[in-house]
This record gives sequence, C-alpha cells and structure tokens, in this order.
Amino acid sequence: MAVDKPTLTLGPVLYLWEGEKWRDFYFRMADEAPVSHVVIGETVCSKRLHFADPYFPLVIERLVAAGKRIVLSTLALVTLERESQYVRSLIADSPYPVEANDLSALALLEGEPHWIGPLVNVYNAAAARVLAMRGARIICLPPELPASSIDEIVSQTPGVDFEVLAFGRMPLAISARCAHARAKGHIKDNCRFVCKDDPDGLPVKTLDRQSFLALNGVQTVSFTCQALLAELQDLVASGVGRFRLSPQDCDMVAVARLYDEVLQGRVEAEDGVARLRQIYPATPLSNGFHHGKEGAAWVARARNIAHGANA
Amino acid sequence: MELICPAGTPAAFREAVEAGADAVYCGFRDETNARNFPGLNFSREELGEATAYARRKGTKTFVALNTFMRAGHEDLWYQAAADAVHLGADALILADIGLMAHAAETYPEQRLHVSVQASASNPDALNFLVEAFGAKRVVLPRTLTISDIARLARQIRCEIEVFVFGGLCVMAEGRCSLSSYATGKSPNMNGVCSPASHVRYRQDGSDLVSELGAYTINRFPRDEAAGYPTLCKGRFDIADASGYAFEDPVSLDVMDQIDALREAGVSALKIEGRQRGKAYVAEVVSALRKALDARPEERRALLARLRLLSEGQRTTSGAYDKRWR
Repeated sequence: MAVDKPTLTLGPVLYLWEGEKWRDFYFRMADEAPVSHVVIGETVCSKRLHFADPYFPLVIERLVAAGKRIVLSTLALVTLERESQYVRSLIADSPYPVEANDLSALALLEGEPHWIGPLVNVYNAAAARVLAMRGARIICLPPELPASSIDEIVSQTPGVDFEVLAFGRMPLAISARCAHARAKGHIKDNCRFVCKDDPDGLPVKTLDRQSFLALNGVQTVSFTCQALLAELQDLVASGVGRFRLSPQDCDMVAVARLYDEVLQGRVEAEDGVARLRQIYPATPLSNGFHHGKEGAAWVARARNIAHGANA
Repeated sequence: MELICPAGTPAAFREAVEAGADAVYCGFRDETNARNFPGLNFSREELGEATAYARRKGTKTFVALNTFMRAGHEDLWYQAAADAVHLGADALILADIGLMAHAAETYPEQRLHVSVQASASNPDALNFLVEAFGAKRVVLPRTLTISDIARLARQIRCEIEVFVFGGLCVMAEGRCSLSSYATGKSPNMNGVCSPASHVRYRQDGSDLVSELGAYTINRFPRDEAAGYPTLCKGRFDIADASGYAFEDPVSLDVMDQIDALREAGVSALKIEGRQRGKAYVAEVVSALRKALDARPEERRALLARLRLLSEGQRTTSGAYDKRWR
C-alpha cells in the first residue's frame, strides 16, 4: 500500500570524524536538512566512543530544537564485555527510541518500541514478523535485498514501517580484525585511531587499479555509493515510507534537499541522478543490489528494468 | 568434547563416521544451505540413508539449513526443515530467525543449533535465541579469543561449538555481502561465496591473474602458486601499497589449543570443509579423533602431518589469538 508522505532519515555517521567536525555536521543538518529522523551514535567501533561523547548533549539539543526525531544507534558487532555493558546502559538510559544493529540489542529491547538497523538480517517477512512481535516499529532493510524481496516483506508484515538505504556507501562486512589499522601497520588493540585520517573511508583498489571497496575501521564498505532515486516512486508505491541517507564526507544538506525534491516530484529522477553526481563527484553511483544484480552495478533507466527484474 | 565433521557427499559422510566423528553435518542440494556448490550435498533419499547409517554406528547427523529464506519462497526452507526432521536429523543448524521461529513452533522437540551464520557472539544475543527459540547449542563466530569464549560460556544457557580446523572467514559470518557486491551471489541469499561461476583466470605477461566478476582478486608471478580468488583472501592496493588487505590465504588450525578450549567450556569442536573430498575428510577426521583422545604430549606429532592438508599449507590460530585482530 502506497505511503502518503514519505520521509527521510539521516543514518548514523559510520566513519570516525574529529569531534568538532562531527558536531558541526549535525548542527548544519539540524538547521538545514529536510530529514525527519536522525539516527545517531557510534555504530562501527567501540574504541571510538570518546571522540563524539563531549559533543553529544549539544548536538542532541540542537537536533531536538530543530524538530528532528532522535533515534540512538547501537554497535554492529558486540564481542567484548565492555561492549555488552555499553549497549545495555545505552538502552537502559535512553530517553529516545533505540536502533538495534546486532542481536544483543534486540534481546534487550524486547517489549519496547524500537528500530531495527540495516545490519540485522531481515531477508523475509517471517523474520520481520518475529521482530515486530517483539516491539520493532521501524525496520531499515539490509542493502543486499532486491526490490522483489522488499515488496514481499513490506506487503506481508503489517504494523511495521519500512525504511531503505537510498544514499551512501553500503556496509558490506564487519570483522573482529581491523583491516584499516593493518593497512597502516598497526593492530586493532594499538590502532592509534588511524581511521580518523579517512573520513570517507580508505579506498581499496584491485591490483589492476580498479576502485573496489573502502575500509572504515573494522567495517568494509562499498567503493560505490548506493543511489536509489529513480526507484523511489516504485518503493513508495509498494509501501516503503522512509528513506535513509547515510552520511558521507560531502554536502549532505544538498543530498537531503535533492532526495526531498525527488520524493516530492519537484525534480525528475534522471535530473536528480545528474545532480547527485555533482554533489558527490569522486564516487561512482550504484543500485545493483536493488535490481538483483551485483551490488556495484549501476542500472540506468531503472524503473523499466526494475519491473523486468521483479517478474 | 564432541568432534563435528563435514560431509558434502554420502561418501564423505561414511568416511567421517568410520573415522570417528561424533556427529556429521551436511545439507540438502539447494540454496537452503551455505555450501550450495555444484556437485555437493544430499538428496532426500541420500540424507535418509545417511542418518540411518549414522544411527547404526552411534553417530549423530546435523542438517544445516543456514541460509536466509528468500522472501516469498519460504516454503523451500520450511519443506527442507520438515524433511530433515522426518529423515531423522538429530539437530537443525539454523541462521534465520524467521526459520528458527517456524522450527521452534512446528517441531518443538527438535534440537535446534544456532549456525555461525547467525552471528551470535555475545551473551545477550545468545540468551535471546535460547529463550525465544529454545536453541540448545551455538556455533560461535570465528571472531572470539579463547578468553572471550570462556567468559561467554559462563553467561549463556546453551552449549558451545567452535571451529578448530579448515577454512577461515575473516568477516563476521552471516553479515558479509562482499561476494554479492562483486558477483550478485552471496552466502546469505544463495549459499555461495566467491562462486566458481564468476571466477576467471587470465594470463597477463608472466602473471596469472585471478578475477571474480569484474574484479582482479590476485596476481601470481610465474614462480608463485595460484590460489582460488576468495574475495577476502585477495591481494589489493591500499594507499599505493599492495598486499593481503583482509587475510592471507591461510586456514584455521587451533587443535594445539584443545585443552584451553575444553577449560573454556566448549562442548564440541567443528571441522570446516563440506566442499572437500572424502579422502581429505577421512584423513582430517581420523587425525583429529586420535589427537582428541590422546594425551597432550602426544598430540603434536599426531597433528604435524595434518598441516600438509591445509590450504596453502599455512595455518593461523585466527581470532582465538588476540594479536590477530
């Protein structure tokens, strides 16, 4: 069932940004970006928490004052005792809804209205219904899902709002090992926060110099940037009401305004794609997963082809 | 501790039973399991014969249904669960919470194991799976140190199974889309990683180049043995330096840590390798069986020749050793 008024969600900053850069980013998003919800908090590496901590209260205050709805993010990989403790206390103390990015948060959130992040495996409606029964209200689906799966899950899971990653490098993998630290001659336990030097990820090229992936600490993301623009109307028609913009080191206010205009029909999708390439020029766009192809692929004239892929 | 052994074919299954496996794990010949490779796995009839054979020998059979159900096609997985139960599986190894919920409700007596693909690596996650679905055992991700495992064992209400020998995933399993990013086929959705259908080798001057989809995964000079282009074990360029960005082409071997694993509270040791031939299975299982039953001081000699069977003949203790991180 089509959604009346689709909205934009700002996903958590997945990269390690200097505290002041992080603060200034959120101040500007609060003041200028047409996003209704902001999912915020460290998601990738528990060692990074102290960078944003001093600025957290001010940032939340500014976002709330601007009318943004806050959702607190949780860690994607919880193995250490202090990581378990961190997630437990975050959930116990949070005055805002929490987004689960790992099964541990899921366990702690039972019975409370909460969000499910794109790093929790929801590949079918049966899994979505398990989560809904336990209190999930919003589910951001994994980027790997093709449109046919999204349609099926959304139509077979009443009582849940669905969100899809519409902009940003795709999270592809997470490890206990830090490839980012290793690339710079360190190990995770003595990493010296080298991932801070790469606020948009550290590019991984093939030996034939093809751009391929990017490292973000213990996380590996796509080199390409997921860009669902021509697909938005079809997604809205099939009942997806929220679209996630995952922060990259580019003008995210311009990204949010562009998606807002395309969603409202004020900008044609094809023009939107052209404008997006100008806003984030160094990174190729992709939408392959959505069309049932390799994730790095770009499918142009997506609407026609999307219907073919669903058949 | 139990020894849990892989079988990709009925022949490998019998070899594993004969060689002293306490349990053998296998899957159906389709996308319901994470080793969905051409020429591997079991028909319904073959599984029925295997479980009957295993039972006569006092060995258990675990059936892996450890991919994530494709939306709209859940019946394929539900039918596989029904058949596995009726054919006498001693446990179902599951990753998808939708399928776990279905199995727990439909077959409440059936033993349910949490697959490594579920990526349950901490007490809160595991106790959730125990409470919600009655999980009896977890196969832990290869992301934990032995001290992490010991701490976890004290806080959870199910048995622990860990990988000790064979292939090594460097990424948190069940949460990796690298393969589908390059090829459109992933472990979670298709039961394959870096599939052979998308692999190509080409000669470039004196180098042999291995490719996965459109991407170069490695280059081997003439004097270097070429390996299979598993994506996370490839050589890449980062900041103009080339090397194994994620993991060297090594395999896991922590059999010298048997006693530490037992003390940590581990119930079962798992051998990776359903894609391996029956000769490999026979040799590895019998060597590990002997090592497990031997006194600690005898183990080193028993395990030495196993090293020759490892991928690239180099092994690692992986995340079990903290310095690996």
